[in-house]
Amino acid sequence: MSVEVRLPTVLRVHAGGNSSVSLDVENLRELFEKLTELYPAMAGQVVTDEGSFHRFVNVYVNDDDVRYLEKLDTKVRDGDVVTILPAVAGG
Amino acid sequence: MLKVPRALYAQMLAHVIGCLPEEGCGLISGFPPQMAAGDPVSTQVVGWYQARNIAGSAKLYTVDPGDFLRADRQAQSEGCEIVGVVHSHTHSDPYPSPTDIEQAPDPSWHYMIISLRHPDPTVRSYSISGAQVQEEPVILVD
Repeated sequence: MSVEVRLPTVLRVHAGGNSSVSLDVENLRELFEKLTELYPAMAGQVVTDEGSFHRFVNVYVNDDDVRYLEKLDTKVRDGDVVTILPAVAGG
Repeated sequence: MLKVPRALYAQMLAHVIGCLPEEGCGLISGFPPQMAAGDPVSTQVVGWYQARNIAGSAKLYTVDPGDFLRADRQAQSEGCEIVGVVHSHTHSDPYPSPTDIEQAPDPSWHYMIISLRHPDPTVRSYSISGAQVQEEPVILVD
């Protein structure tokens, strides 16, 4: 089961410069655990120590914002695309 | 240096004016500098994606995340990527506010600010890395 993870430019420095990574996982919790195993510098960049998503990132499975799905328990399927984008705001 | 096609700048301007009295915002796409053969220090803007300001404020903006996702997909389909954000200042000069600096998401991005404080809009662009703000020239190109 291969899922493509698309990384924003700001996180690529933590992932060896890669813009996307393919992982064999069944849910987002497992996805971020594997991503951190592959790239230890990714630790804490998307998921907090308390086990929730940082408020300044948005994560999508295909077109769906995972905050409105099952968050880290969201299941993924073969061929899904997980996109991580920074929240963009200012004044 | 940020090179912005005049036609896209006109669209940006029309959008942020249309958002008054609230701040307007959107995203720009381009090629990372290392991909711009022969001109590594400048970024050529190739796409503009207007976005909804879900903060709905004259003093704050938040790019609608769904609009960002669609812009990101569109940019990738065109072989480039999102390289910055544009927003307006309705009542202040085009300099990053403390909120702009604090919430800047990506040190590689270009942060364009269009000021509508005066009858003639003015635009400036910056790189923001942590608390470090560096202005860069904006060149309108045909």
